[in-house]
Amino acid sequence: MAALSRAASSAIRRPPLLLPSRLQAARSMASSLFGHVEPAPKDPILGVTEAFLADPSPDKVNVGVGAYRDDNGQPVVLDCVREAERRIAGNLNMEYLPMGGSIKMIEESLKLAYGEDSEFVKDKRIAAVQALSGTGACRLFADFQKRFLPDSQIYIPTPTWSNHHNIWRDAQVPQKTFTYYHPESRGLDFAGLMNDIKNAPDGSFFLLHACAHNPTGVDPTEEQWREISHQFKVKKHFPFFDMAYQGFASGDPERDAKAIRIFLEDGHQIGCAQSYAKNMGLYGQRAGCLSILCEDEMQAVAVKSQLQQIARPMYSNPPVHGALVVSIILNDPELKSLWLKEVKGMADRIIGMRKALKENLEKLGSPLSWEHITNQIGMFCYSGMTPEQVDRLTNEYHIYMTRNGRISMAGVTTGNVAYLANAIHDVTKPN
Amino acid sequence: MASASVRAAQAQPQPKDPSADRRLSTLVRHLLPSSPRRTSAEAADTSATLESFPTMASQQGSSVFATLAQAPEDPILGVTVAYNKDPSPVKVNLGVGAYRTEEGKPLVLNVVRRAEQMLINNPSRVKEYLPITGLAEFNKLSAKLIFGADSPAIQENRVATVQCLSGTGSLRVGGEFLARHYHERTIYIPQPTWGNHPKVFTLSGLTVRSYRYYDPATRGLDFKGLLEDLSSAPLASIVLLHACAHNPTGVDPTIDQWEQIRQLMRSKSLLPFFDSAYQGFASGSLDKDAQSVRMFVADGGELLMAQSYAKNMGLYGERVGALSIVCGSADVAVKVESQLKLVIRPMYSNPPLHGASIVATILKDSEMFNEWTLELKAMADRIISMRQQLFDALKSRGTPGDWSHIIKQIGMFTFTGLNSEQVAFMRQEYHIYMTSDGRISMAGLSMRTVPHLADAIHAAVTQLK
Repeated sequence: MAALSRAASSAIRRPPLLLPSRLQAARSMASSLFGHVEPAPKDPILGVTEAFLADPSPDKVNVGVGAYRDDNGQPVVLDCVREAERRIAGNLNMEYLPMGGSIKMIEESLKLAYGEDSEFVKDKRIAAVQALSGTGACRLFADFQKRFLPDSQIYIPTPTWSNHHNIWRDAQVPQKTFTYYHPESRGLDFAGLMNDIKNAPDGSFFLLHACAHNPTGVDPTEEQWREISHQFKVKKHFPFFDMAYQGFASGDPERDAKAIRIFLEDGHQIGCAQSYAKNMGLYGQRAGCLSILCEDEMQAVAVKSQLQQIARPMYSNPPVHGALVVSIILNDPELKSLWLKEVKGMADRIIGMRKALKENLEKLGSPLSWEHITNQIGMFCYSGMTPEQVDRLTNEYHIYMTRNGRISMAGVTTGNVAYLANAIHDVTKPN
Repeated sequence: MASASVRAAQAQPQPKDPSADRRLSTLVRHLLPSSPRRTSAEAADTSATLESFPTMASQQGSSVFATLAQAPEDPILGVTVAYNKDPSPVKVNLGVGAYRTEEGKPLVLNVVRRAEQMLINNPSRVKEYLPITGLAEFNKLSAKLIFGADSPAIQENRVATVQCLSGTGSLRVGGEFLARHYHERTIYIPQPTWGNHPKVFTLSGLTVRSYRYYDPATRGLDFKGLLEDLSSAPLASIVLLHACAHNPTGVDPTIDQWEQIRQLMRSKSLLPFFDSAYQGFASGSLDKDAQSVRMFVADGGELLMAQSYAKNMGLYGERVGALSIVCGSADVAVKVESQLKLVIRPMYSNPPLHGASIVATILKDSEMFNEWTLELKAMADRIISMRQQLFDALKSRGTPGDWSHIIKQIGMFTFTGLNSEQVAFMRQEYHIYMTSDGRISMAGLSMRTVPHLADAIHAAVTQLK
């Protein structure tokens, strides 16, 4: 460590206001400018993994946070991703992306969401920017909504991913909720949903999960989506889709985008948040895209420019690495084809675990209905367990999940499914 | 004439949350073109954002954003856009501050390439979500880098560090934290400063005011003005300080002047918020460039520090940075960190993994760390050499005026003192691109292009006054 200059050293030795460091620190403790700051509550989802990691039990199972695990319970880096990274390392530079992010990554993302041959893409009617995964895409939209439609609110389904509430709250957009989950059937409360759509003021903004609803795993059927879309037309509502699981739900990205395609066919001008966290396993790379379908190319240019103005004072421009991985994979037919295979593999494993969990519970003689385990889709199963039952699972069986009874099926393996079924049966069986 | 957005904002019923009201009115003030303190860049920005619009789709097929106007080009990034369009073979881009080699190429440091390879070759590396606060190892190493490994604040666990998206992200998260938890919500920023600073803090929910900094007459520091303005700032106000290599002027206080600033600030409980985007890049020495910050930490007081690895590690697009808050006690630091998480989670959940992994790989390995310091010094030296060459070239041409500021200023940028007419002239006649405030990025110069720039400056100065 280079010595400070003489002037600097003497300045530090003899400043008039300085007390010896420890005494100063003690004084500061009493008078810290931030002494009044309250400790923040733990994030309900991420706190689960923290607790899991701290548990020394060899039997522990983490079915908390929604990150995919293979059948050995290990995180996975897809082969297509490894190959893309090999091509990047040593070859590409790390210059700033434009404020709106990687053009190539955006183009490919739009094709995924809107369709390979989408007329909207061809006509350049979609304003789109690279975003910090799904969270960042939602936040940009929420801030955009606040700035340009300050009187608007957002309707959020009950329940939803807990961070949705934080995002629109921090963007200062007032929130309302709409009926979604039907606890008795552990399915969709379609009548309640349609009712809330009809009763909302014309032109309301709705947050819709495009597929694999988080946390319930309950999706509308195609027919139900058509009815929802029709009612949205009647009411002139604005549909904002959060699509965090395209490809991950059914194994087929086209199929998982069906709801969006229905709305597009019906002429809605949608907004869409896309994430590559799960379907490409890029979690920590924070790769995503926000898009808004506009009237025409000119409006799309204007909207994109305004989205960039929101990104600039938040982080200037988005991270390049994840964008390179996505665009390399999606632009190369071989790699893209490998990706599709791998994403189907992940989806299939989860579908298999759903079957296995349900069968195990039935074999144990549980009198309760566990149909919902295989009816629901995507990474999560909304088990219907109460917070108290969840606490018992954690305390007695070292099984970690969020207290709303949401099980991350990605954490279920052939190795732990029997243990999990047994525990669930134990805490849910009637006395 | 107030726009619909402003009217709507003012017509809203009083929100229950006072911070929401304050932030809303702050944003409204930001969007109104009337404030005298704002820079010309900001004024240009707002004109396009105030349009009346429907708050919902009014007809079949009509978009809710139908009347939204296009935002103006970012003044800094717009320079590169214009440069790219120019077909001239002699064009020179002295706009955006990204380092270029003597050949005019972007540079990925050798040690960064090595770190990249190590990451690729390690099959056990995964891409899981980082914690909200980022990569723990990276945070510790970053705090040590800026504060010094033997810093009492670190030894006493008084530093809360969170990984953020480069300097911008660190400033924004810090600003949001202060707007929520600090009792004074005014931040003083130097005049001039990086163009993005005002928006970052305004959108965080703070009120932005400025203090005198640059003296156009001397092309140096207006130290008297600076002290006066900070003296008259309300007690406990937040003050933004560029740790070294002030952007855009390249004018830094001397160590003695820093000491005076420190004493004044502490006597008025002004809260320092340091922006360190050039540690190691300015003088070539990591420790020397951190002196100003370490002086403030040494007196036991609190401060915020936004750190960026964009330039000094060439990680620009990876968006690697850290926000550190030096607190009065370890207990406070823990609570502060927990509240920082609440700012970050609804913004982007957790920070990007790749860049932070590279930084941690380099900082924790002493051999790689040393290699980095050598490459960093080489970049700084090349820039210092460009300054000298440009100065010599102007001298040899007998260009009127005192150009010594070119070698006195430090870091990536030189505030030439050229006016916007002269800048436009140089663009038109000589295909030289810089921001209209006369700021040139020395990193964009090479031995080959210095003569051309000197010719252009000479012509501009002698033909236009």
